[in-house]
Amino acid sequence: MSIGLGHYLAVAAILFTLGIFGIFLNRKNVIVILMSIELILLAVNINLVAFSSFLGDIVGQVYALIVLTVAAAEAAIGLAILVAYFRNRGSIAVEDINLMKG
Amino acid sequence: MDTAHLARLIPVLPEIVLGVGAAALLMLGVFQSGRPWRMVDYAAIALLAVAAIILVLLPAGKLTGFGGSFIVDDFARFLKILALLGSAAAIAMSLDYAEHVRQQRFEYSVLILLSTLGMMMLISAADLIALYLGLELMSLPLYVVAASHRDSLRSTEAGLKYFVLGALSSGMLLYGASLTYGFTGTVGFASIAHAAGQGGPAAIGLIFGIVFLFAGFCFKVSAVPFHMWTPDVYEGAPTPVTAFFAAAPKVAGIAMFVRVAVMAFPGITSEWQQIVVFVSIASMALGAFAAIGQRNIKRLMAYSSIGHMGFALIGLAAGTPEGVQGVLVYMAIYITMTLGVFAVILSMRRHSGMVESIDQLAGLARTHPATAFFLAMLLFSMAGIPPLAGFFAKFYVFLAAIKAGLYVLAVIGVLASVVGAYYYLAIVKTMYFDEPAEGFYNMPYELRVLLAICGLFNILFFVYPGPLVGVASAAAHSLF
Repeated sequence: MSIGLGHYLAVAAILFTLGIFGIFLNRKNVIVILMSIELILLAVNINLVAFSSFLGDIVGQVYALIVLTVAAAEAAIGLAILVAYFRNRGSIAVEDINLMKG
Repeated sequence: MDTAHLARLIPVLPEIVLGVGAAALLMLGVFQSGRPWRMVDYAAIALLAVAAIILVLLPAGKLTGFGGSFIVDDFARFLKILALLGSAAAIAMSLDYAEHVRQQRFEYSVLILLSTLGMMMLISAADLIALYLGLELMSLPLYVVAASHRDSLRSTEAGLKYFVLGALSSGMLLYGASLTYGFTGTVGFASIAHAAGQGGPAAIGLIFGIVFLFAGFCFKVSAVPFHMWTPDVYEGAPTPVTAFFAAAPKVAGIAMFVRVAVMAFPGITSEWQQIVVFVSIASMALGAFAAIGQRNIKRLMAYSSIGHMGFALIGLAAGTPEGVQGVLVYMAIYITMTLGVFAVILSMRRHSGMVESIDQLAGLARTHPATAFFLAMLLFSMAGIPPLAGFFAKFYVFLAAIKAGLYVLAVIGVLASVVGAYYYLAIVKTMYFDEPAEGFYNMPYELRVLLAICGLFNILFFVYPGPLVGVASAAAHSLF
C-alpha cells in the first residue's frame, strides 16, 4: 500500500482534533494547554508540507517554516504570561483560573 | 541599490515608519534615564499621526507590494486610518491612568505600536501568508498588554485566557488556511477566487477550509459562537487596554473578515453567506440578552461589542458593495462610540481607586452634568436612536440587507437593537434619576477632549454625513 496525500491529511486531522480536545477536556494543567496548541500548529504544518509535496508547489513549505517561527514566538509569550500568572496565583491548575466567570 | 527597487517599497512606507519608529522608541525608553514613559507615549502618538499622514499622501489607486501579497486600496486606506485613530486614542487614554495606578511603563506604547503595525499589515494582506503574519503581529502584543498589570491577578488571568483562546483561534485559522491552500493550490486571494470558481471535487475540502478560516475570524472579532473570551478579558485587563481592545483590533479583524470573504471567495458567496448570517444573528441576540444582567460596566461593554460586531456582519452577509459600505460606516461610528464611553469609564475614579460598577454612575447628571450628557448621547447612539450617528450606522447595514433580500436577518437585527436599547437606557436612567453617589475626580484633560470629540461626532453626524459615507462607498467599491 502506498502512502498518499489522504493518509497525511488524516494524520493531521487526528492531531488537530487531539489538540482541540486537549484544550477543552484538560482539567489539570495549563502547560498541557500550551502543548495542545503546539500540537494544533504541527498538524497544520503536516497539512502544508503534504499539500506542498502533492501539488509540487514550494509555497506550502515556505508557509510551514513561517508557522514554525511564529509558533516559537507564541510559545515564548505564552510561557511568559504563565510565569506572571503563577507569581500571582501560586498555581497553574486549570480549575484555579476562575477569578472571572465567563 | 537602484531607486526603482526602493520605489517598490512605497506602498509599505507607513508600515516601515511604524516598525522602525517602534524599535527606535524601545531604544529611547531603555536608554533614557529619568522618566522615559511620557516622552515615549507622546512620541508614539506622533508616530501614529505621521504614519496616517504618509498613508493619505500615498499615490491614489491600487498599489501592491511584495509580489502582490500586500495591497493598498481605498478599503485598506479607510480601515488603516480608523485603526491608527483607535490606537492613538488608546495611548492618549492611558496617560493619566498609568500615572494614577503607578504602572508607568514605556513598553505599553511600544507594544501598542507593534500591534498597530500588525493591524496595518493584516488590513493590507492579499494572501494567506501575509494574513497570518499580520494577525500574529497584531495578537502577540495584545496578549502581553492584557497582562501588563503583572502584579494583578485579574490582569494576568485575563492575559492567560486571551492567550490560550487567541492561540487556539490562530490554530483554527491556520488549519483552514492550509486546507484552502491545498484544495486551490495557491495562497493569493485573487488566485484562490479564480480556482474556487471552477467547482469540481475539491469543493468539499475548500468548504471545510472556509469554515475553519471563518471560525478563526469570528474569534478575533469576538462574534458568537467564539465570543467566550471577551467578557473575561475586557473585565480583567487594565481599562485603557480594554478600550484599545474594543476599538482598533476589531477594525482590523472585520477588515480581514471582509477582505477574505469578498476577495478570495466571491464565486461561492452562497456557501459562506449562511455562516455569516448565523454568526450575525447569534451575536446580535447574545449581545442584546446577555448584557441585561451585567453590573460591571466593562463586562457590559464586552457584550455590547459582541452585539455591535453582529450588526456590522449584517453588511458582510449581504455580500454587496452597499453591504461592505455599511460595514465600513458601522466600524467608523462604532469606534467613536466605544472610545467615548471608555473615556468616561476611565474617569470613574475616587480617592479609593477605580470603580467599575454601573451603580457608581448614579446621579452623574448632578455631579458631572457635561460628562453625563455626552455619555447619555453616546449610549443613545449605541442603542441606535435617531438622529444620532449610531442610527445611521445601523440604517446602512439594514438597508444593504434588505436590498440583498435578507429580510429575516434585517428584522431580527431591528428586534435585537430594540432589546439592546433596554440596558443602554437603564444606564441613562441611573445617571439621571437615581440618588447621586459620591462624585468622581475631575476628568483629566485628554479624556475630556476625547469624550467631547466622540460625543460631538455622534450628535452632529446627521448634519453632514456625506463625506464619511462617500469615502466608505469608494472604499467598498475598490474591493469588488
